[in-house]
Amino acid sequence: MLPRAEIAHWLFAAGFLFFGLVLLAEAIVGQAVFRSRPWRAYLWPSLALFAGIWLWLIAVFSTFSTLHLVAHSVWAQAATAAGAVELARVRGRLHSQYWSLVTAGALFISGASFLVHEQNGWLFARSAFLHHLIGWTLVVASVFPLGAAFRPRRALWSYGFALTFVAVAVMLFSDRDVASIFGHLSELAGGRP
Amino acid sequence: MNELVTPRAESAGRSRTARQTFRVVAIEALGPLTILGGIVWALAQPYRVTFFYPDGKGFWDWAVQPPLLVVLVGLLFSLFVAPGLVEDLEGADEARGDAATR
Repeated sequence: MLPRAEIAHWLFAAGFLFFGLVLLAEAIVGQAVFRSRPWRAYLWPSLALFAGIWLWLIAVFSTFSTLHLVAHSVWAQAATAAGAVELARVRGRLHSQYWSLVTAGALFISGASFLVHEQNGWLFARSAFLHHLIGWTLVVASVFPLGAAFRPRRALWSYGFALTFVAVAVMLFSDRDVASIFGHLSELAGGRP
Repeated sequence: MNELVTPRAESAGRSRTARQTFRVVAIEALGPLTILGGIVWALAQPYRVTFFYPDGKGFWDWAVQPPLLVVLVGLLFSLFVAPGLVEDLEGADEARGDAATR
């Protein structure tokens, strides 16, 4: 009764898309208006924490390889840490703008673990391609919270951060357990010899 | 002052209103655009929707249909997030306008 990996990825994609829309809305209206209702202020940190907890669950069940277990655990840890820090910032417990560096670190580490745990090349199969693409996207996107830590007033960081989640959602929705990428599918991945 | 000259305060107010209108339209458009994206995807790849190809499908195939998830996300945003945001954006603008005329 456990869902296939692609099903779990699509569910996460839906969460990422909602995440992205909420962050995009925050970038459009500005933080002051967005946080004028407490539930909205708590929405993104809560979703990040929820994603972290869910990723821990997936880490528990994705025991088909040590690399996957470690990678899912790293993502879970990164999401939990970023969610916890953002929650503390919304609550007013943390004030420094430099706490954005935790989110930057979480994105960078998440991206790096995507890249490290994919042992096949870009055109091995669609899932391998997406691992590389998502990994590099997250590594590059870590520049947005990094920028927010040093130049917090620039809107570019908020828009970039929000659009990263929308882009990752599109990539996760494209994932299939076994599928070709640009006509390539390795025999080892289930393609025809 | 003649009809060719716009007072500076009026001009600033107009550009603020235009910016505010753009923001309201952008917020209101996010949900419907997402829903449209899901519908276009369902039409482009009908095999990703279990309702169109129901043979031999299990529980998870019925529960999780990617294009319908996109539509659902758009609906959730349109119904639960966007209306309050637009209301608060207009409220903030009115408050700013009142403060400027005082």
